[in-house]
Amino acid sequence: MDKPNNQDWTTVIQPREGLLHVDFKELWRYRDLCMLFVRRNITTQFKQTILGPLWYLIQPTMTVIMYMVVFGGIAQISTDGLPQPLFYLSGICLWQYFNDCLTKTSSTFTANAGIFGKVYFPRMIVPISTVISNLLRFAIQLGLFLIVYAVYMIFGLQGYEHVHTNWYVMLLPLLVVMLAGLALGFGILFSSMTTKYRDMSLLLDYFVRLWMYATPVIYPLSTITNAKLRLVMSLNPLTGIVEAFKYGMLGAGEFSWWMLGYSFAFMVVLLGVGVVIFNRVQRTFMDTV
Amino acid sequence: MATAIEFNNISKIYRLGLVGTGTLAHDLKRWWTINVQGKEDPYLTIGETNDRSTKGESEYVWALRDIDFKVEQGDVVGIIGKNGAGKSTLLKILSKVTAPTTGTIRAKGRIGSLLEVGTGFHPEMTGRENIYMNGAILGMTKAEITKKLDEIVDFSGCERYIDTPVKRYSSGMMVRLGFAVAAHLDPEILVVDEVLAVGDAEFQKKAIGKMQDVSRGEGRTVLFVSHNMAAVRNLCHTGIILQNGSVVFSGTADKAIENYLKSDNLKENITDNIKQSHPRLNIKNIKINGTSSSISTLNPTQGHLDIMIEGDAEKISNADATLIFRNNDGAALARFSFSDKRGLLNLDGHFCLSAKMRLPENMHAGRLKVDIAIHQPNVEFYLVARECCVLDIEGYIPTTGQLQPLSSGLLSLAEE
Repeated sequence: MDKPNNQDWTTVIQPREGLLHVDFKELWRYRDLCMLFVRRNITTQFKQTILGPLWYLIQPTMTVIMYMVVFGGIAQISTDGLPQPLFYLSGICLWQYFNDCLTKTSSTFTANAGIFGKVYFPRMIVPISTVISNLLRFAIQLGLFLIVYAVYMIFGLQGYEHVHTNWYVMLLPLLVVMLAGLALGFGILFSSMTTKYRDMSLLLDYFVRLWMYATPVIYPLSTITNAKLRLVMSLNPLTGIVEAFKYGMLGAGEFSWWMLGYSFAFMVVLLGVGVVIFNRVQRTFMDTV
Repeated sequence: MATAIEFNNISKIYRLGLVGTGTLAHDLKRWWTINVQGKEDPYLTIGETNDRSTKGESEYVWALRDIDFKVEQGDVVGIIGKNGAGKSTLLKILSKVTAPTTGTIRAKGRIGSLLEVGTGFHPEMTGRENIYMNGAILGMTKAEITKKLDEIVDFSGCERYIDTPVKRYSSGMMVRLGFAVAAHLDPEILVVDEVLAVGDAEFQKKAIGKMQDVSRGEGRTVLFVSHNMAAVRNLCHTGIILQNGSVVFSGTADKAIENYLKSDNLKENITDNIKQSHPRLNIKNIKINGTSSSISTLNPTQGHLDIMIEGDAEKISNADATLIFRNNDGAALARFSFSDKRGLLNLDGHFCLSAKMRLPENMHAGRLKVDIAIHQPNVEFYLVARECCVLDIEGYIPTTGQLQPLSSGLLSLAEE
């Protein structure tokens, strides 16, 4: 039998590929699809609603009011002297973005089994597009935060004297990238682990809710004085990010390059592991999902 | 000619039953044997051949076993086989939706697959937006779609509705739009599952025509799965028969169809299977389920079955046309008579009888064989065509519970 020229094959389908065989070139080739998914996610979200994107504002407003009543009023948790609306809103903006990205990407395989079962495209496109489309919501909520901030500044409302915005605020884009990276990493890892056994997905909801309390969203890190608790808190990769944002924006909180560096390293390792596992699972998950 | 696709010992194993703690035990054992003991997967050796109707000992079945063939460039290959023979699994592996258990496929050029039309359509988005969405999912870039947008819209024939959300479309329009996008995909290798079965006759013709252009004019390679023998004969040069996960025949399309039908003692068209007919009656065409092909697939959701008998008669009066549906073993399950609603027929000269028969709501997967008779009740037979047509029902397959699956094709009667 004559041997065909092996170099001619452009597609080779085989049972297993190398562990680290992740096709980034292919991912780039499908970038148009990614942007279309982003557009679809955004435009279809508020079809046939009256208030439309206003919902992005109503939700954090209600949450802030609730926090002000429960945590600020009843529980009397310190806000480092900052005005409560600004303090809570800054935390909510970041946390909400992380929360949305994580919960949405963690169901990538199960929620898209219909499409994935019929056509091939790099599966990673879906979680990436989720993380990008959630940026819109984040931007709108950040806008709300800036408006409240401006109101405090212009009218010099009570508590504004404690706000000291500084140059660290320029780190914001990096902080958002880190949040997105962490959410994506955890999300795809979770999604890969739940294709066959769904037990973990029942846990996620609960886990994310607890996680918020382990992140300085509704309280400043400075109120944690217990050394052991502090150690646990600083192991949470979100702690450094949230604190850095509050420090830059409002001038209160603890900024440390060490904590931020830890979060960054955590994100890089997590994303690496997540991508490798996701890539492995995507090849046969249709048989078990 | 150069080889476009090469299948090398492709196999795929599936585990039956539900995922639960039992599978966890298997997973752990598999992990232990492969990674710690360094041996082969223990469950790969115990798989059984994929025969849906027999009760197996093993929980694992080979959906495909050692598939080994080559496809020449520019060839159009029809893949035929009964339900569950592994056709769709093979296409899924080729489309990279799932990976094979063993073996390799090598191919030259971009593979475009059409296992379903309109994948990724979002009901809230307009037709135009969905063209972009669907095109991108199938692997086109935005620029490519923009270039072909007019052509796609034109082909679909939905120009008026193009800026309306697709949830307002009829299901037929949705299929047209989906196929229009796929037809303009331009891959070197096109993989098509039985998607042409949907849509009206005019559109089917258009779709088949487009596929012919693709293969003949543009020299592309096409793999085509269908139960429609007429379409396979029209389109394909080469035919492959799959049976229980293995290739049992490979050759020219005509030979493959002949072989496939022979296993059921059938000829290609329903009218070819008429054994006995009265001299005063000349049947020209019989269509059941919308096709004159003697094998067709019954979609359990279609709700009704179309029957059409056309021919010439010479003074046949007080006649009835009856269809009897039998299971694989030949036991009669149901009958349908034209006279039930419209009384006895008087046939003289050219006639064309057509009826829509209502189907039961729940039907088991399997086959039904159809007898057709035209007769004067209790007096004389004018036409007897025993088992002249086979309907493959893609119905409900009971996989759990104690009951053995009912014998294939048996109607499952719902409780009032």
